[in-house]
Amino acid sequence: MIDAAGGLAVKDLAVRFGGVSALGGVSFAVRPGTITSVIGPNGAGKTTAFNAITGYLRPTRGEILWQGASLAGLRPSAIAARGIVRTFQKTSVFPSLSVVDNVLVGLHLRGTAGFLEVLLGLRRLAAEEAALARDADALVEFVGLGHRRGEAASALPYGEQRLVELAVALAARPRLLLLDEPGAGMSSAEKAVVSGLIHKIREQGVTVLLVEHDMRLVMGISDTVIVLNHGRVIAEGAPAAIQAHPEVIRAYLGTAG
Amino acid sequence: MAELLQHLVNGLVLGGTYALLGIGLTLIFGLMNLVNFAHGEFYTLGAYAAFAALAGLGAGFFPALALAIAGGAVLGALCEVTLLRPLRAESIDTTMLVMIGVWIAMQNGELLVWGGVAKSIPHPFPTAPLVLGPVSIAPLRVFVLLVAGALIAASWVLIQKTTLGRAMRATFQDRDTAALMGVRIDRIHTATFAFGSALAAAAGALLGPVFLAYPSMGDLAALKAFSVVILGGLGNLPGAALGGLLLGIAEELGAGYVSSGYRDAVGFVIIILVLLFRPSGLFARAERVG
Amino acid sequence: MRGAARAVLALLALTLPFWVGNPYYLHVAIMAGIFGVLALSLNLLLGYTGQLSLGHAAFFGIGAYTSALLTLRLDWPVWPAMLAGVAVAALAGWLIGRLALKLRGAYFVLVTISFAGVVSLVSVNWMELTNGPLGLPGVPAPALGPWSLRGKDAYYYLVLAAVALAYVVCARLVRSRIGRAFLALRENEPLAESVGVDVTHYLVLAAVVSAALAGGGGALYAHYTRFVSPEVFLFTYTVTMVIMVVAGGKGTLAGPLVGAVLFTALPEALRLATSWQWQMLAYGVLLVLLVFFLPRGIVPAVVVRAEAVRRARRAAE
Repeated sequence: MIDAAGGLAVKDLAVRFGGVSALGGVSFAVRPGTITSVIGPNGAGKTTAFNAITGYLRPTRGEILWQGASLAGLRPSAIAARGIVRTFQKTSVFPSLSVVDNVLVGLHLRGTAGFLEVLLGLRRLAAEEAALARDADALVEFVGLGHRRGEAASALPYGEQRLVELAVALAARPRLLLLDEPGAGMSSAEKAVVSGLIHKIREQGVTVLLVEHDMRLVMGISDTVIVLNHGRVIAEGAPAAIQAHPEVIRAYLGTAG
Repeated sequence: MAELLQHLVNGLVLGGTYALLGIGLTLIFGLMNLVNFAHGEFYTLGAYAAFAALAGLGAGFFPALALAIAGGAVLGALCEVTLLRPLRAESIDTTMLVMIGVWIAMQNGELLVWGGVAKSIPHPFPTAPLVLGPVSIAPLRVFVLLVAGALIAASWVLIQKTTLGRAMRATFQDRDTAALMGVRIDRIHTATFAFGSALAAAAGALLGPVFLAYPSMGDLAALKAFSVVILGGLGNLPGAALGGLLLGIAEELGAGYVSSGYRDAVGFVIIILVLLFRPSGLFARAERVG
Repeated sequence: MRGAARAVLALLALTLPFWVGNPYYLHVAIMAGIFGVLALSLNLLLGYTGQLSLGHAAFFGIGAYTSALLTLRLDWPVWPAMLAGVAVAALAGWLIGRLALKLRGAYFVLVTISFAGVVSLVSVNWMELTNGPLGLPGVPAPALGPWSLRGKDAYYYLVLAAVALAYVVCARLVRSRIGRAFLALRENEPLAESVGVDVTHYLVLAAVVSAALAGGGGALYAHYTRFVSPEVFLFTYTVTMVIMVVAGGKGTLAGPLVGAVLFTALPEALRLATSWQWQMLAYGVLLVLLVFFLPRGIVPAVVVRAEAVRRARRAAE
């Protein structure tokens, strides 16, 4: 079960804070090219898992493998260089930078300009900058924010800021994209837009792992659903199977009587 | 051995006042997340207030001390209400810059009012030192130690046993819940800043007569206060008290056995080493950083 | 800025010694230039990566002392000594940069102050190396072949070249992928990391370049005043640099230069009227007022006004 060649494999991942166990030994796999959702009640450990996978937290024990190679001990920027990019639960943009500049930062790994080259003002850098600018414009259009490209990210309404977030994450050319509650705080119309974008992203060959609370969103786009509760996996499977799973129902609604 | 004890005693006296400085700052830094660069100026003002009361008004020593403390509290409250409250929502960088401005303005104001020449502050204690076994100590210093100790104890009582203290601790731990429970956050901020500034002024009024009063005396005092806060852990009152004593003793031992020119470096080195290796302070439980 | 205005300014700057007769004013211009380099350097850390370093005078002083000592004690020629000053300051910047990796905000500020404090104490107490409070007199002036740059006219052009160089370095950095990385770190560090910005690398780079520039300013200062003492580590210098950057406009390129000119010329003008204590008092009050009323500094405020005027004019047409 825990074998996803070319994909993400998490084995017995555990995270403890002081005396509290946030994740108690979680194992799951994400097959490449699929959309997998992680659901579970609040405090189940979903964001903790994200933080551990992407290097923001050091796990107490367990293995995280991407395309067969271990991610242990890598800093988030190194993990991004391996093609794994995440978004954040709280809106995360570069507030005083414009929308297009936000995306340009996301394109950081695609640039090659180093210190000496910048200092010497080499001509090839101008060509590189022009190419990056074109890519940034394309990404801004992809998420539908072309009309906002020059505005400061902090000036945008909430839903549009989350689109900026998405564009920035996509700019880093992820092979695996981890979305932390992409639909949070959005209207149904905005969530439909996000669903559509996630589908398009998958069509481009990107593997998507997302954490979400909105069941309709989750069941609508996922190939696989993983359910966490109290820091453990309690179910894993296709959306229909999960919806009927007794333990899942119990976790969300509690036992009757 | 006698020399060691002498250094220890001197270190305790100094440390008591460092503890006062540190307690005030740890509450301000810890509770209000404010890097109070003007903390040293309240210390200086305390010394000058005592000077003004003793030399200018011919007041007694205790009234002068009380005046300094009251002055520190009032000025601190004023500062908080006019300058800090409007900036509460701003980032820590902004408030840092404001406090730097206040620091510069206050220090040069003191220069203009009292001049750059160091002032000797008169005190009513006999100058002949008391001799207790191998150690000799001036009566003034005994007084300083006793008053510092009393103020530290009083601070502890305030924080632990009074309603105000409880409200302060609640605000420190969870501001939103405290607000929901009816704590007036604005008033707590003002009270905390006033309290911290009053303690700094007390330290200045106490140490002023021991050494001299001069306008830049607050600079080093402020940095030592920061090093005490870092040693003891942010917001940790007993930690600050202990840290202050430790710093005072370390300085005295360093000056006595290593080199007196570098005595002020002890505080700097502590800041650097602690922040590098034990950022949460010597006395905090080692916590896992997320 | 419009090309024409820029050309006029450049012309004025290039011909300054000819239309400024009084050598005192030339001295002010030279000091403004040196502080311009210092302000640009502090701006890299404060304006772009968002780290407030209050120990910047340490880099200035290290550059000054290194260059002075190499020329006085080891008989080095001036130009290599100046470069060595830049290099040693850069090394100190590397140290601070690595420290910053663990610390942010207030703690970083405290460490930079402590670092400057220790360096200052060393310069006062280590008599064999630095001659303590007595300082190092007789630092030689640089020479370009047969021409000595001792005179104010010649030194002005040296400083002008240094300012231009510092500006170009900062401008190229800031307008590149590296500059974007700096800004990203200032704006949202975890987000920057998540798209591959190596925090270590860029914070250290910013600190090293910033310190190197400041060290260069120090070397320039040492061979101009031809006397170096522990006074170079005075906190007043750091404060002045901070005011220049904050008042001029942090995070802009012109801001620090405007601030440098303003706060070098202003004290000189005030000096005729009043004492330096009043001046410093005014600085303190000014800093507070700036934070309240002009938080982004003069240059951005002017730019915003110019934009508004331009828009109004266009609307009226």
